[in-house]
Amino acid sequence: MILSIRDLYASVNDKPILKGLTLDVKPGEVHAIMGPNGSGKSTLGHVLSGRPGYEATSGSVNYLGKDLLTLDSEARARERLFQVFQCTVEIPGVSNMEFLKASLDAVHEHRGQAPMDAVSFMKKAREICKTVDLDQAFLKRGVNEGFSGGEKKRNEIMQMLLLEPKLAILDETDSGLDIDALQVVAKGVNSLRSPDRAFILVTHYQRLLDHIVPDYVHVLAGGRIVKSGDKSLALELEEKGYGWLEGEVA
Amino acid sequence: MSPTLMQTNLPQQNPDWLQKINAGGQAVWRATQWPTRKTEHWKYTSLRTLEQGAYLNNSGILPAPEIQQALRGAFQIDKLDAYCLVFVNGRYSALLSQAQNLPDGVDLATFAEASPTQLSLLQKYLGSVVENDQHLFAALNSQQLQDGVFLRVGKNVTLDKPLQVVSVTTPQVEAFQAPQRLLVVLEPNAHATVIEQFVSDAQKQNGFIHSITELCLLGGARCEHYRLHLEDAETLHLGGVHASLGRNANLQSFHLALGSVLKRIDVVINHNGEGAHCQLNGVYLPRLNQHVDYHTCIEHRVPRCTTEEIFRGIIADSARAVFNGRIHIHPGAQKTVAQLSNKNLLTSDKAEVDTKPELEIYADDVQCSHGATVAQLDDAAMHYFRTRGISRQEAEAMLSFGFINELINVLPHPTLIDYLRPVLTQWFARDPALVRHLI
Repeated sequence: MILSIRDLYASVNDKPILKGLTLDVKPGEVHAIMGPNGSGKSTLGHVLSGRPGYEATSGSVNYLGKDLLTLDSEARARERLFQVFQCTVEIPGVSNMEFLKASLDAVHEHRGQAPMDAVSFMKKAREICKTVDLDQAFLKRGVNEGFSGGEKKRNEIMQMLLLEPKLAILDETDSGLDIDALQVVAKGVNSLRSPDRAFILVTHYQRLLDHIVPDYVHVLAGGRIVKSGDKSLALELEEKGYGWLEGEVA
Repeated sequence: MSPTLMQTNLPQQNPDWLQKINAGGQAVWRATQWPTRKTEHWKYTSLRTLEQGAYLNNSGILPAPEIQQALRGAFQIDKLDAYCLVFVNGRYSALLSQAQNLPDGVDLATFAEASPTQLSLLQKYLGSVVENDQHLFAALNSQQLQDGVFLRVGKNVTLDKPLQVVSVTTPQVEAFQAPQRLLVVLEPNAHATVIEQFVSDAQKQNGFIHSITELCLLGGARCEHYRLHLEDAETLHLGGVHASLGRNANLQSFHLALGSVLKRIDVVINHNGEGAHCQLNGVYLPRLNQHVDYHTCIEHRVPRCTTEEIFRGIIADSARAVFNGRIHIHPGAQKTVAQLSNKNLLTSDKAEVDTKPELEIYADDVQCSHGATVAQLDDAAMHYFRTRGISRQEAEAMLSFGFINELINVLPHPTLIDYLRPVLTQWFARDPALVRHLI
């Protein structure tokens, strides 16, 4: 098991958002979490990445045999949990390259690996740039500085490809993307799919799932999963909306 | 007035024209009330260090040639091809200077070596921009003045290489004062880059620098100006940059100050001709018990001029920074556009900053904005870095550096970016591991 969430309750600014969420993710699986606005989709990602202000009040989260909730954000990342953010910050004074190298070195160091030398790193970074269709000039620009929405998402996917996570959580990565950018995101995720990795796709719409086909689809409503199924559930949701599930919300 | 400080002697053996300037400075110096914490512009900056030390009793002396030679490393900027004039403890060092093959239409000379034609221009412009009666330490500088640098770039001429003016200090047996003076006159449509660099050798310093720079940009002239205060933490520095911008003149002025026991820089920009533009950026980085004070004042005297001013500081440990940014829009200066931003990052509970933007507007058709913030690092940015595996400490160092680097990265001269980045990373590098990704 990569991730096992049991009866998780979480609050944001003392307001309960997650109310008894349970989810198991095994290696090789892709889970899609869908749901209406305000159902707690983004909160789940933030709780898992350890964002300050998002507090788990009860329940447990086991990640690769560790109690995830006791780990710092950086420790979670070094254990190769990766979140693709919906909104990213811009850091104009630090270049993407510096940021990526610092990140990769930290993860390598944690695994007891020597830091990658500058030349190999640049080579790898350039290759990944090509994969996500980003000009190499982006490496020299400030982190996310002046990036369009699509460029920010590609930059996130680029980081994901570089860090090779065990579990990646993509939070509304499809929102605001044109079809080209969506395909780049999908290509990035699909290229990483492997028997020892898993993905959680948090999304409002079905269209991302045309490109990244999930093994499971869950509907989050009122802070817990009210229905689970295979990819056909996403199509059903697309057709019927979420209203028919309201009865399932406790 | 502090009685001991009043008893300064005038320099001996100056030529007549300079003696007049010395006497004028002395008259203002003696007539001015010594600033105390009750004096508005000295409210947050104490002059006690200056009062306690016997800095004014001794002048700087040019050290022996081998000592001068050893100072070269303190100011060298890699890959910078510049006309370079160097002063050691306030004295001109011919040994360290080099300014050959100037283009036609350019005068570059020390005051002492100026030709008769250069002298007549020098006398015309020296002291024409700075107001001694408004700036006590400009009066002191005028009073103690013996030498300085004069640059004139003629009409439509571009100075082909930057002018680098260096003030480097090395300790003397007794505490001393060293005046620095620079006068730049850019005639209509002339263009020059001027780099002022204040540094010291690796020893514990006992010098007090008072420096005055006058930049006189006539119509359409352009100047990229740097004033880099990288002196040792024991150096005292009270100085100022005073600029006059003619019609459509363009000044880009960048300021940087590492902290020291007492550092106060006044920057005064006078928009005297319509359509002039000034970009004034600055960075200050005091730490430990250091003190940095920037007082800036932009005088919009005529219509249709623009100013963009950005100062940022990081204040660490028990250090203190003062920023006072005044924008004064005179009656009739319509269509002025002026923006001032001052952001401060405090990295310790004991650090302090006193920031005060001041807008004084006497025209009704203007666009003005100002803002000052004092904050800690952005939580969202910290979290973002940490979710990528970067430790809290390294994230702090990288984000702090980034906050300043935003102003460094946009400098028009890549050689200076390359020069300043290691200076900054070292400044943050108490633990070198935390800045290893920034070099």
